[in-house]
Amino acid sequence: MKRALACLLTAAVLGTAGASLAADATPMAEDPAVEARLVVISEELRCLVCQNESLAASRAELAEDLRREVRKLIRDGKSDPEIKDYLVARYGDFVLYRPPVKPTTWLLWFGPFVLLVGALVGLIAYLRRRSAGLAPTALTAADKAAAKALLADPGTDNPPKHNA
Amino acid sequence: MKRFLIPLAVFLVLVVFLAVGLKRDPREVPSPLVGKPAPEFRLDTLAPGKQFSPADMRGQVWLLNVWASWCVSCRAEHPLLVAFAKQGGLPIVGLNYKELRGDGEIDMKKVPAGEEPALVRQRAGAWLARHGDPYALSVLDMDGRVGIDYGVYGVPETYLIDKKGIIRFKQIGPITPEALEQKILPLARQLAGEAS
Repeated sequence: MKRALACLLTAAVLGTAGASLAADATPMAEDPAVEARLVVISEELRCLVCQNESLAASRAELAEDLRREVRKLIRDGKSDPEIKDYLVARYGDFVLYRPPVKPTTWLLWFGPFVLLVGALVGLIAYLRRRSAGLAPTALTAADKAAAKALLADPGTDNPPKHNA
Repeated sequence: MKRFLIPLAVFLVLVVFLAVGLKRDPREVPSPLVGKPAPEFRLDTLAPGKQFSPADMRGQVWLLNVWASWCVSCRAEHPLLVAFAKQGGLPIVGLNYKELRGDGEIDMKKVPAGEEPALVRQRAGAWLARHGDPYALSVLDMDGRVGIDYGVYGVPETYLIDKKGIIRFKQIGPITPEALEQKILPLARQLAGEAS
């Protein structure tokens, strides 16, 4: 009996704690479809305050304001590109995690591939040069004679003896 | 000796890139609004009973300075603004940004609806009385909507707007004496000579 009461009490305390936490969370829009689209859009957008967080994840106040703004645009029936353009017009390409391909972002988009191609070209050139250096070369008659002389000479086989 | 030349060249290029990267402030995001018309708005001024719109400043070169009493960097830049206003070079309009809602220490749920404007005026007015008022006037952007149109993401921010209402320069963060002397003032002088 006592145990059951304790359980009930704990549950009641946890319940109220949960309720007060829920009250602090950002209010969800009444429309779950709007909320789902908000998440999809804002995950592709960068929060300007915490720059490595998406607009969906950030708890910064500006992010909350911008989410409210995006929610409003969704309810106004704006398309995803229109909503992104709205933010880009105010904050620049920086808010996009996928910046558009244009001359100022060419280095960003193609730089890694240029580096990769450059590295591959360098690697191939290096390997070619090395295998050229390793190719067997024919011995001349003089080389052969010298080798024979070295093999035939028993004195060179043994290390020179020192007299103590 | 020659075999070290290529790694050395690669190393030097890397050093240059890193040095440039270190000097750049990642918090300074170039504003797409520079060169574009200043977004329109109509907001109540700090002095009750009046409204202001950027269109009212047509024909003048002016500064729009975003500030709030809770903003620590604003306090740092404020003496410079006050001194600059005394010289009377350019009119400065203050955009008081989320005076209450931006203050993390205030629980907006405890502020009764309808009392926000009065509280904002009281706080902003007290702050200006204490630190000096460099503004020709200040407008109240209580919910930060106008701030979003201006791409504000960190207070203070300052916009230099020309006679045609085009934003010509944006200072992100506090105005430094160098920024004022080397960028804002020369540009403002040049803009003052342009036709409106």
